[in-house]
Amino acid sequence: MAAFTLNVNGSAHTIDVAPDTPLLWAIRDNVGLTGTKFGCGMALCGACTVHLDGQPTRSCVTPVSAVGSKKITTIEGLSPDSTHPVQQAWIAEDVPQCGYCQSGQIMSAAALLAKTPHPTDEDIDAAMSGNICRCGTYQRIRAAIHRAAGQAST
Amino acid sequence: MSAPAATSRRDFLRTGATIGAGLVIAIYLPGCSRRGDADERAGAASGDPPFAPNAFLRIGTDDSVTVIVGYSEMGQGVATSIPMLVAEELDADWSKVKMEFAPADKVYANPLFGAQGTGGSTAVRGAWKPMSLAGAAAREMLVAAAAATWGVDAASCSTKNGAVTHSSGKSLRYGQLVAKAATLAVPSSPTLKDPKKRWLVGTPRRRLDTPAKTNGSAKFGIDTQLPGMLVATVARCPVFGGKVAKVDDAKAKTVPGVKHVVPLSSGVAVVATGFWPAKQGRDALAITWDEGPFAGASSESISRELAKAVRQKGAVARHDGAGAASLAHGRKVSAVYEVPFLAHATMEPMNCTADVRADGCDVWVPTQFQSKAQATAATITGLPPEKVRVHTTFLGGGFGRRSEADFVAEAVEASKAVGAPVKVVWTREDDMRHDFYRPATYNTLEASLGANGMPVAYVHHVAGPSIMARVFPGSLRNGLDSTNVEGSADVAYDIPNFHVEFVRHEVGVPVGFWRSVGDSQNGFITESFIDELAHAAGKDPYEFRKALLAKAPRQLGVLDLAAEKAGWGTPLPSGQFRGIAMVDSYGSHVAEVAEISIDANQSVKVHRVVCAVDCGAVVNPLTIEAQMQSAIVYGLTAALYGDITIKDGRVTQGNFDSYRMLRMPEMPKIEVHIVPSTEAPGGVGEPGLPPIAPAVANAVFAATGKRSRTLPIRLTVA
Repeated sequence: MAAFTLNVNGSAHTIDVAPDTPLLWAIRDNVGLTGTKFGCGMALCGACTVHLDGQPTRSCVTPVSAVGSKKITTIEGLSPDSTHPVQQAWIAEDVPQCGYCQSGQIMSAAALLAKTPHPTDEDIDAAMSGNICRCGTYQRIRAAIHRAAGQAST
Repeated sequence: MSAPAATSRRDFLRTGATIGAGLVIAIYLPGCSRRGDADERAGAASGDPPFAPNAFLRIGTDDSVTVIVGYSEMGQGVATSIPMLVAEELDADWSKVKMEFAPADKVYANPLFGAQGTGGSTAVRGAWKPMSLAGAAAREMLVAAAAATWGVDAASCSTKNGAVTHSSGKSLRYGQLVAKAATLAVPSSPTLKDPKKRWLVGTPRRRLDTPAKTNGSAKFGIDTQLPGMLVATVARCPVFGGKVAKVDDAKAKTVPGVKHVVPLSSGVAVVATGFWPAKQGRDALAITWDEGPFAGASSESISRELAKAVRQKGAVARHDGAGAASLAHGRKVSAVYEVPFLAHATMEPMNCTADVRADGCDVWVPTQFQSKAQATAATITGLPPEKVRVHTTFLGGGFGRRSEADFVAEAVEASKAVGAPVKVVWTREDDMRHDFYRPATYNTLEASLGANGMPVAYVHHVAGPSIMARVFPGSLRNGLDSTNVEGSADVAYDIPNFHVEFVRHEVGVPVGFWRSVGDSQNGFITESFIDELAHAAGKDPYEFRKALLAKAPRQLGVLDLAAEKAGWGTPLPSGQFRGIAMVDSYGSHVAEVAEISIDANQSVKVHRVVCAVDCGAVVNPLTIEAQMQSAIVYGLTAALYGDITIKDGRVTQGNFDSYRMLRMPEMPKIEVHIVPSTEAPGGVGEPGLPPIAPAVANAVFAATGKRSRTLPIRLTVA
């Protein structure tokens, strides 16, 4: 066990865990923020996506010892009041069904739009292909990303 | 789960007393219809239940309207549709409507099951009448309260947008009326409004749960956190039916954070301060397994067994005319179809949290079957069912998997053993290798075509394991499990001699309900074979079906609508081909046209799916569109990739690398067209699924001339 201080959504959290503990479980079980989800444990489904210094990162395969002082943003930290344009677009397009994968989808979409404000369908395919949705909300996700970008759905 | 027809029943409404300051309307349904021995197994009511102070509807002095939803929200939209039913009759202010999940209680039994559960696309079908009556009763009471306040005739009052208005123009909000309304008797037979006057039901409404599902605040089962709670992972025998022979837990107990190692009925639990130490502890266990008699089984051996079984005499599911005897006449067509086991792979892995104490037990669980969860916990703890409180969370997908209670048993046993609240969390590999799978089946089909090319006789023999024999054994009739023949015995095509037979053959792999159940595989088989018959007759597959549906107007309606919207018969871009299929399931009718191409790697690319659905009266068109898209993606994933294989008695696949999912780049454009209807509501969560596999397979045949008689569809030899 070892002490790590994580910068999560602008707050410092000091936790005592094994160094190989995935960031996902540190966030969920130690920091206590459960919006970031466990889906596969192998970076295959994207449900655990958070931002590390703005970069979309699969927290289920990122050891807590590798995070250092990087700024961690989880779904809870995307906006204080659900007003981030991606969250607003998700609501407008009525995207979620079961909702379990949507934290990861939104974090991937927000990272895409931060880098590529007006993504093409090909950009969306590339950025979102690592996020699985078993409810099949992909069509509405695509529409919501275009909406957030201020474009009509193509 | 498929649903039986509801029997007629009398409905009773009661008021609760005021809770805090507000009006509570409760309703219960004596003499719910029964399904097999569901009641006995699920611990549900027998005879008229006593009145329990549970409510379906609560109206606060702040004008808030809270609808208590006794069904599970697993993405299908029930947490929005059911409040819509209540709010419509109540003439509520929709912006003030909220929902809460109900506890496990007899009063919330699904009228179509006689137990509290969600499956078989039954929620809206079961809830429509009782929830509408609850809203209508409350509205009448609020009107009576307003009329009494003003000293006017109730008939001179009207309701809209959460307020009662008198013909003179004066108005009171519901929140101002609830204190008085709660003192009034509940009308025994409230009047439901003329469907033409509906303002909410039938209109597109966004989901009530979306904000919580976009900011991380929606609580799924896996998110349960309690003071003093421990987290467990469980080591289970990799071979079905095997058990623990010997455990050496010395190393596991040295993992920091591991608190207990305890035996469970299903294996060995490592209980720790969090998931990661629990998993590290589990990885450190040295277990010798007694693998049992299934250790030598493989997909190939199971296929051989089923191929042999299908030749035996089975239970007859349908016999029209002369049945198989008519095969002797006309031109004969025959084929063998085989479908694999499938895992559910809900995004949220199985989990459950239990807190077992001497005086009671609390269970937090994403479940589709509260009655079963409650009964399971009661049996393990020895507590009476009413001492087991089931807290239903959001479900991160259900698809039938969460109608089981194996994960509930694990959490309850673990909490009981260690004397603390325990959350059991499954890994993805646990989830994929310890599922209750969609049954693999082996099928022979034969038909004969008359001189005009139309089928005279049609015979389908199904061999496979039975779901109901384990889940609801009382529902089997003469060895027939209706779920094994749904989608084959109940087809609407007008063929004079029709025979369907089922041979039950258990193969050691546990099987369970998988979204659209028997229809998901029989829909593929039937609609592919019908396509074979059309081609054998030299007829267009759409026109061939149309001719066979002349006496089935609703089926014909969706077939025609899908064909028209897809532009059936019009040219497609070079390299693209169409396939069509139509399947009835869960009281609804769905036809789909798939447009595909085949790339240089012999992979099937689905470009567009046109879906026409007739699900009777519509509650929320946005939900119906979403559920058709959802079911198509779920079914397409299975059709293109889904294959759980068995080797040495265990499942080969473990995670999304070996059990592939459809992803964003493979997503076709899906168009959904809803047939306007005033018929009784049909199911919505499942009926979009069965037609997609055959629509794609039939398009693949159009493209290649090769018939896909196994799933997943593969154009190259694996």
